[in-house]
Amino acid sequence: MNKRLLCAVLLCLPVFTTNAETKVFEHTLANGLKILVKEDHRSPVAVSQVWYKVGSSYEPGGITGISHMLEHMMFKGTDKHPMGEFSRIIAENGGDENAFTGQDYTAYFQTMEASRLAVSFELEADRMRNLHLLPEELKKELQVVTEERRMRTDDNPQAKMQEHFMAMAYSNSPYKHPVIGWPADIANYTVEDLQAWYQRWYAPNNATLVVVGDVQPKAVFELAEKYFGELKPSDIKPLKPQTEIEQLGVRKMTVKVPAKLPSILMGYKVPVLKTAENEWEAYALEVLAGVLDGGSSARLSSDLVRGKQIAVSAGAGYGLTSRMSGLFELEATPAEGKTVSELETALKDEIKKLQENLISNEELQRIKAQVLASDIYQKDSGFYQAMQLGTLETVGLGWQKADEYVAKINQVTAEQVHDVARKYLIEDHLSIAYLDPQAINTTAEKKGAK
Amino acid sequence: MRIYLLGFILLAFSQFSSAAAKIEHWQTPQGSRVYFVRTEGLPMVDIQVVFDAGSSSDGQQFGLAALTADMLDTGAGTWNADEIAQRFESVGALFSVSSSIDMATVSLRTLTDKPLFDKALETMQVILTKPTFNEADFQREKNRTLAALKQQEESPAELASIDFYHALYGNHPYAHPESCVIKTVAALKSADLRHFYQKFYVAANAIVVIVGDLSKQQAEQTAEKLVAGLPVGKKPEGLPDVAMPLKSTQQHIEFPSSQTHVLVGLPGTYRKDPDYFNLYVGNHILGGSGLVSKLFNEVREKRGLAYSASSAFIPMLKPGPFIVSLQTRNDQTAQALQVLNQTLADFIAKGPTEAELIAAKKNITGGFAMRFDTNKKLANYVAMIGFYDMPLDYLDTFQQKVEQVTVTSITDAFKRRVNPQLLQTITVGKSTEKSAK
Repeated sequence: MNKRLLCAVLLCLPVFTTNAETKVFEHTLANGLKILVKEDHRSPVAVSQVWYKVGSSYEPGGITGISHMLEHMMFKGTDKHPMGEFSRIIAENGGDENAFTGQDYTAYFQTMEASRLAVSFELEADRMRNLHLLPEELKKELQVVTEERRMRTDDNPQAKMQEHFMAMAYSNSPYKHPVIGWPADIANYTVEDLQAWYQRWYAPNNATLVVVGDVQPKAVFELAEKYFGELKPSDIKPLKPQTEIEQLGVRKMTVKVPAKLPSILMGYKVPVLKTAENEWEAYALEVLAGVLDGGSSARLSSDLVRGKQIAVSAGAGYGLTSRMSGLFELEATPAEGKTVSELETALKDEIKKLQENLISNEELQRIKAQVLASDIYQKDSGFYQAMQLGTLETVGLGWQKADEYVAKINQVTAEQVHDVARKYLIEDHLSIAYLDPQAINTTAEKKGAK
Repeated sequence: MRIYLLGFILLAFSQFSSAAAKIEHWQTPQGSRVYFVRTEGLPMVDIQVVFDAGSSSDGQQFGLAALTADMLDTGAGTWNADEIAQRFESVGALFSVSSSIDMATVSLRTLTDKPLFDKALETMQVILTKPTFNEADFQREKNRTLAALKQQEESPAELASIDFYHALYGNHPYAHPESCVIKTVAALKSADLRHFYQKFYVAANAIVVIVGDLSKQQAEQTAEKLVAGLPVGKKPEGLPDVAMPLKSTQQHIEFPSSQTHVLVGLPGTYRKDPDYFNLYVGNHILGGSGLVSKLFNEVREKRGLAYSASSAFIPMLKPGPFIVSLQTRNDQTAQALQVLNQTLADFIAKGPTEAELIAAKKNITGGFAMRFDTNKKLANYVAMIGFYDMPLDYLDTFQQKVEQVTVTSITDAFKRRVNPQLLQTITVGKSTEKSAK
């Protein structure tokens, strides 16, 4: 049921790994490029990712989404490798490649047979400094990004609600802007805008190279020196803080879109690892998310979907590794005959229980067992491990946080969960969006033989 | 692990001579086929029990297979849904049941540490052999399914897909979506599910897949324990053959979206198809290779008409669909569809160039190891091999079969198998000209 919601929840599950035996090797080139290497010799494959410290939260008004637009343009060629060559060469080497942009990062990756790592390094080093940004290519790619926006957001009721919700929940934090950008901004990017963005952020001293796989750290460092070593660093100007102002009362909105089911989305302003007064608060919020939505035995499934049968689906999400403070989100779809307002009351009752009573020892033990197990399961995927290291490094937490995760979760007590529930999950810092479905009239028409 | 790893290393040097993954195969006394690959390095195991019990076994009760699968972990033995979830989650195990058109799959990922493993395995065994199909749970899960079906109708992509299968398969059991339709689900009774379970969840109709850090002996005990409580039963009768549509049709569903979703295709290939590798490699060039395919190049790179444009053969027990798809701004639909059809027609008429074929082979064989570089991917391959009764050396001979494909064999196969006169076209979106800019 409701796959979109499930995905949202899964994304918020722990994004860490710890195990003293699986060491990360770190090295920084003279030009500032940081390299992280983790060995995994289970198969003859390596993933290589280049992470840039730039994403939608770096963008000023008027050019929102430009980090994502630039990500698309990064496949458009250089002097050495004209348009199309990059992807052709990776493909011919059996590689998988793509890129992704988030609020706090832009990253590019190739997965290949490990002996071909040089192929990926050569191409990534080249486009880090020598990208062609041509007006006719931008014109076409603008259309592509607009289509992407239509598909991901405009024609998707839940995504649309999420976008409007973020714009309301944040007052001045750049997290209020969608990663893909507002339509009017997308329509008006110029080559100069992109050129300036590229010049400003794409430099070895603003990037992290992460390699996980069947490799030797020393050889990777040498290879990186060979291909990236000559690149000139830039003068990277620090970002303005844009710290979110304090919210002074609950915010509510209705989003009317063509849809079939109503739903509710709630978010409390909460700190993350980087911004918490005490670091344990972020870990306690993580455990709290697990109490509500760490599987089918967690409270939202057990109490709201099965017990009261007030929701057909319900989820909670919290990510503790963002660059700036974020939201603790709750999302639910009412069961037939129930309303979003009944669901709001039920969700608030769940929060109230957390503020009034300590969570049980079984719940705490269950979450700790899950964290321990998922720490091992995550090692099945080199790509995932590289993602963790890249994220932590890029938001400024440092990859070492990955090694601390299990221990820090293990230290969380029921009292601490109680404390963060009382301190942060408060009505004045709450935003709520209700999806109000509007009728969809569909008609089918058969045209017969072409 | 050492031996397994060695296999990989050899592979890099002598391409066709060594085992990609050593699949051990045997039958339990009840007749369930077992497929086991030992992987070391991580103290975990993935287990799947797969039944020939997907939506193609629904009969006229569309949704029966999916709802039966959904219900399995809502009550079993003396445990209710909460107790079952607690048993798995207290040991960090991940359990799920899913169903597709051909099959129903019960999956467990757990640590191999004995007390944790034993508790997870026992829970899975009880779910497989003693589900209760309690009436209250049934009503709740049915209502959740009905809500999910309703929600499908807000997605132009889902509506297009439902219509597409119907256009391709007419009255064949592949015609209705695996998630079913509201009318037939609303009419289901819990007794229907119990009957379905009794008929299809039997040892003769089960395969067991185990990939992870267990010894052969542990794997034997595990498989035996899982299915010993199932009656032997028998395999279901085979599906009817798929008839090709008689003529090309085009259908449009009017929908208030900013994009129109376009699907074009016909019944394509099946797992044991002698043409499979010709169609697979050919499609890789046409629209199956992501950022470098012909379709991607024509639709997106040259014209900026869509974010995604791709094609795929979905091989199943019987010919699964060949699907060409894109999404584009409503007022560009005719142009995008024209580019799609032209690209497809050109490929059927002329086939790939020699250079395109060489590049595709390099991509497929060069990336071969990445097809099963995690336990999860490997387990899915082994389940496919087991369920469709493919040769155990399927992965070992995979690259060789790819290398044997030629420009002529691809062109010939596409001419025979993708007849442009029989293509079914579905569009879902707003047809008004100049809409939704």
